[in-house]
Amino acid sequence: MDLKDKLISSFMAFENNVDVEHPVHDVRAEAMKNFEKKGFPSKKEEAWKYTSLNSLQKTNFSIFPKEENALEYKEVKKYFLHEIDTYKIVFIDGIYSSYLSETTHDGVDICLMSSALTKPMYKQVIDVYFNKVASKDESLTTLNTAFSREGAYIYIPKNKMPKKPIEILHLATGNEASLMLQPRNLVVVEENAEVQIIERHQSLTTNEVLTNSVTEIFAAENGIVDYYKIQNDASTASLIDNTYINQKDKSVVKVHTFSFGGKLIRNNLNFYQNGEYIDSTMKGVTILGDKQHVDHHTLVHHIEPNCESHQDYKGIYGDSATGVFNGKIIVDKIAQKTNAFQQNNNILVSDKATINTKPQLEIFADDVKCSHGCTIGQLDEEALFYLQTRGIPKKEARALLMYAFANNVLSSVRIPELKTRINKLIANKLGVNLGFNL
Amino acid sequence: MAYTEEELKKELETKEYEYGFYTDIDSDTFPVGLNEEIVIAISKKKEEPEWMTKWRLEAFKAWKEMKEPEWANVRYKKPDFQSISYYSAPNKKPKYDSLDEVDPELLDTFKKLGISIDEQKKLAGVAVDIVMDSVSVATTFKKTLAEKGIIFCSISEAIKEHPELVKKYMGTVVPKKDNFYAALNSAVFSDGSFCYIPKGVRCPMELSTYFRINQAGTGQFERTLVVADEGSYVSYLEGCTAPSRDENQLHAAVVELIALDDAEIKYSTVQNWFPGNKEGKGGVYNFVTKRGLCEKNAKISWTQVETGSAVTWKYPSCILKGDNSIGEFYSIAVTNNYQQADTGTKMIHLGKNTKSTIISKGISAGKSQNSYRGLVQVNSRAENARNFSQCDSLLMGNECGAHTFPYIEAKNKSAQIEHEATTSKIGEDQIFYCNQRGIDTEKAIALIVNGFSKEVLNKLPMEFAVEAQKLLEISLEGSVG
Repeated sequence: MDLKDKLISSFMAFENNVDVEHPVHDVRAEAMKNFEKKGFPSKKEEAWKYTSLNSLQKTNFSIFPKEENALEYKEVKKYFLHEIDTYKIVFIDGIYSSYLSETTHDGVDICLMSSALTKPMYKQVIDVYFNKVASKDESLTTLNTAFSREGAYIYIPKNKMPKKPIEILHLATGNEASLMLQPRNLVVVEENAEVQIIERHQSLTTNEVLTNSVTEIFAAENGIVDYYKIQNDASTASLIDNTYINQKDKSVVKVHTFSFGGKLIRNNLNFYQNGEYIDSTMKGVTILGDKQHVDHHTLVHHIEPNCESHQDYKGIYGDSATGVFNGKIIVDKIAQKTNAFQQNNNILVSDKATINTKPQLEIFADDVKCSHGCTIGQLDEEALFYLQTRGIPKKEARALLMYAFANNVLSSVRIPELKTRINKLIANKLGVNLGFNL
Repeated sequence: MAYTEEELKKELETKEYEYGFYTDIDSDTFPVGLNEEIVIAISKKKEEPEWMTKWRLEAFKAWKEMKEPEWANVRYKKPDFQSISYYSAPNKKPKYDSLDEVDPELLDTFKKLGISIDEQKKLAGVAVDIVMDSVSVATTFKKTLAEKGIIFCSISEAIKEHPELVKKYMGTVVPKKDNFYAALNSAVFSDGSFCYIPKGVRCPMELSTYFRINQAGTGQFERTLVVADEGSYVSYLEGCTAPSRDENQLHAAVVELIALDDAEIKYSTVQNWFPGNKEGKGGVYNFVTKRGLCEKNAKISWTQVETGSAVTWKYPSCILKGDNSIGEFYSIAVTNNYQQADTGTKMIHLGKNTKSTIISKGISAGKSQNSYRGLVQVNSRAENARNFSQCDSLLMGNECGAHTFPYIEAKNKSAQIEHEATTSKIGEDQIFYCNQRGIDTEKAIALIVNGFSKEVLNKLPMEFAVEAQKLLEISLEGSVG
């Protein structure tokens, strides 16, 4: 039985466990219909030209974990940003772990999607925001919508800011031979509110995991959202991340994606600018080796005038890794005075590595400044030589240059401890100990 | 005279297609429709050998199985392939030895177009192979070329007289099953040009063909084959104008360039087919497959100025097969009113130390849509491949669109690829600056557009540069919003 059929039959089992009378379930049923019709995207579709899901579809994933699994904090401490205090929303094999988590309802709601979807007190927010910006057409998003039940729910009311950053951690224990997870997150930031979120998916064994995640983010007037995605998973874990962001006037949303590991990673990052004077930033560092595959698909839709968007993606690809970047900027007719920038730089360090990039502009307004730049190249031999003449071994010199190459992206990370952590991950990935304090 | 923007806009909108006239010449036209008999009939009509008929039939068979491509960023009413007549030749079809024998009406047409054959013959030193509704009627300077061993004739003549060359090269760069329109062209191509430059010969003049679409309801299917043998050089010009017409006309040409070791081909196009009137009615559909193959140390350079056609679908490409080969693409695409253009290039790097340069300038005005679509592919064995691409778009008015779809695929670590694109409008301060110095707005825009396109215009041969600038003016003057 292929994965699609399995999912369709699992949906019936799923219905036995949720309140089918609840209005949310109509949304699920509708989404399921769309997925049944469309199925998994194939390479024939333009958006999936460079990424194949065929092998994943042949894997016999468990859709629901059989039992609850517990983990000790010390086993997984290293995956947290333990240097600082954070709110934590932790899932083990897709099931919420109250033991490892730290949630709050003190002025802000940092809790669970499962409660938000069922409890009446959240109904108002769910009615307004749930499944509003997420695509009702894209098959994998609707697949997630159909099975939406658990995930993080973050609601920051007007003029509020949580005391500390929020970590969302998805752990997979490997107790199932192969597991499919479908977390669904909702982040609502009201006027003048602010939030910082770090999301990480981690598989603890080499058993196969497929995560098809959907995150919806709403930023109201003057809202600020910093979202950091750390993708440094086991080489058997695949992630399809669908993030949809709806921004209102003067809001600032930044999404940083750090992709250092995983079997197949697909990031669909979609920004919709429904207001004026909006700032949208998406940055990414990708360092891959082995046979890893990362596909960054970004979309910025400039709907209203006077907005800005900035994109900066750096990639370093070694071994037989494959990198894909597809950045799309759409500027509507009325979106005059738009400034949209897109930058994608890549270094190939191996002859078997591949990079496919397609920076795309679709512009319907005339008074705009839009540019994109894209390069594929190597490290500067002269710079490398210079460093070597100063007594820095070749390996370290290479790492230094690569680190410098990626550093631009890190400069806008606003949590210092996170920056240090990512620096360490980069050094680790480059296989060196950078002899200075990052 | 001081123009206001409104006046300029009005003038532009009402500016009729200057070259819109229709010559009444008796034509020998086939009934509409397409089937095997028609393909065989075309072949027979052109007195082709059997292998050619077979080739056409194979292409036709493949075409029947194919679907029209829909991926391009253009919207149009699909042509009905069964309501087109696939062959039309000027009726009085002698092989002229001198221009005096040519139908005076035909000569008159050329005069209206501003191509005085005699003048060109003398002044420009251009050998003109004029294709009027699919059959070559005038070829000049043949003798000078013949002395050098250069073959420059219509493709049907080449099939008869140089079958070994045609057989060897035709369909090698654009296979007959390459794509929907290439297959259609392979099955029904009416005529076109053939050019062969022998080893080590530098073609002493620019070779030029003026294409004309004339007969109502006849699609034109040109086939061009240029072969530059080892160490040779040729510069080839192609220019087009077409009469005003209400229904859509289909043009599906195939151009194949083959540059053998150390050879260089420079292929320049100025295209100004009827773009449709200001409501977007009529106009030519231009679905062209152009591709060149570079062997060792060879160089192919495409330069194009596209101002016409209602719908354009065109990607002159280079396959850089040989080591150290070079591909270049310089393009200006101008769209106005309801025109749609989806154009760009493909650079396929296969050999070592291959280089490619892409400079594309898109200018959109009115309600038009202008897309750049390009592919730069570096294969794993293409060591030290180098590419530089630049796509700039200029938008005039807020109802047009500019789109960029660059595909970049690198499989070799020594590849160096740079791509940059910008989109902007003409700065008010630039116009203000010109106004200050007594240059009116219209002139200022012409000036700025010319500057914007300079990099590409510079690449055109002298004879064409003037004409190209004229075309830019016709297409754009005063269309700023």
